[in-house]
Amino acid sequence: MGLLRLFEKPAPTLLRLPSGSFTVDCRGVLLIDTLPSTFPRALLCEIAQQVLKVFREAASAQLPLAELNIRYASLKITACELRGGALVFLAPLGLAQEQPRISDCPTRAVRA
Amino acid sequence: MRKESRARPRILLVDDDPDLLEMYRDLLGQLPSEPEIQTAGSGARAMALLETEDFRLMVCDLRMPRMDGLQVLSIVRRTHPQLRTVALTSVLDEEFRSRAYALGVDLFWQKPGSEEEIRMFLECLESLLGRETEGGFRGMQSKSLVDIIQLECLSQSSLVLRITNGNLTGKLWIQEGQLIDAETDGQRGEPAFHQILSWQTGHFETLPAEPSRPRAITKPYNGLLLESAQALDEGRTGLGSDGPGAPAAAAGLSEIEGIEFVLALQHGQTTPRIARGLEDSKRMGAWAQQSLAGFRSLEERLGAGPLEQVEALGSRRHVVLVEQGDLDFCVGWKPSMNVGQVRTLMKKVLALWAC
Repeated sequence: MGLLRLFEKPAPTLLRLPSGSFTVDCRGVLLIDTLPSTFPRALLCEIAQQVLKVFREAASAQLPLAELNIRYASLKITACELRGGALVFLAPLGLAQEQPRISDCPTRAVRA
Repeated sequence: MRKESRARPRILLVDDDPDLLEMYRDLLGQLPSEPEIQTAGSGARAMALLETEDFRLMVCDLRMPRMDGLQVLSIVRRTHPQLRTVALTSVLDEEFRSRAYALGVDLFWQKPGSEEEIRMFLECLESLLGRETEGGFRGMQSKSLVDIIQLECLSQSSLVLRITNGNLTGKLWIQEGQLIDAETDGQRGEPAFHQILSWQTGHFETLPAEPSRPRAITKPYNGLLLESAQALDEGRTGLGSDGPGAPAAAAGLSEIEGIEFVLALQHGQTTPRIARGLEDSKRMGAWAQQSLAGFRSLEERLGAGPLEQVEALGSRRHVVLVEQGDLDFCVGWKPSMNVGQVRTLMKKVLALWAC
């Protein structure tokens, strides 16, 4: 049915959830990343700012943190504190997928 | 808010292609419930319509410029939780299907390409329109979990019911109308069944029957339902000032190894409703609320579904932030524990609270 082919329109692409990592300094400036170039840099900066803010406010509440695991329904963000900056991993979560924990890695950098 | 018309359900169609909107309008006009159909050419227009008019169902294309369908659905699930949502796509991609369901859409459907697919699509929409929008278990909104179990047992069904309540998941095995087993959070059999029955709201889905599942429950289902109802009634009459679940939870929390403190905060308030184990609970409460609010603010931009849990790991203590019902929980754990232990025990804390 030719009419039904109307359903198959060319359309804008959907934003895929990113898989990769990035590093930001203590001001939130993006230093390096392994994420696809299609993922908006502005959104990376928003994530970075939020992570840094949580690290900073935790420290001022006498709760120094080394790592944050932020779990959304289909994305896991893991942030390691890095001398005031952060190393941030983004990993999409499938319905039955469990991502490895950074905390289980022997090379994890933990600062008191 | 205006009352929704019961006589003619209202559907909002969202797509950036006006030709397709017209086609959908014609197709959906054939539904037996004779819905009123409104169209929107963009996510922003859909949002504006939802603010001013009541709809029972929204059918949204995923691929749209500026605000894509996942972003629209993410916002709508938060702002209009009672609205039924259907994600329509021509993208054959498991990632988008997973993400759409993670956002809580009721139906993810590939755009129909044949008459048979159109017929099935319309049947599904009609079914969604027919469901009530009151609280309870999603998938059968007007029914309680007790109703669902009774319904399945009375109809001699064989299936597995998977029930989700926040981070908690449980399963009930029903074989030829008999409840044969239950499982949640390390418990099996009757204790698991009573635990699951204590959840007030949640989602459920049916899975294929597992006839080989060994029978762990021998009591008849109606006896077990009665026991659960009695236990819940007794629990309600024993409530203290801390609110639902608090006395039982408080007693149980002290038995959980490694826990340092618990704060339960009403959304948007820094003064904890429950505070145990902390001297300066306001300060920690403020940090918890700010952190949760900050990460929730990213939900819609990411289109990755709702924030489920934040684990903050430190040298002095670990802290887990999680939402349960209308409360935000902030739970402190000893730093000697690893994240796997914290995660497992956190489920116990939430299970205690759900009771």
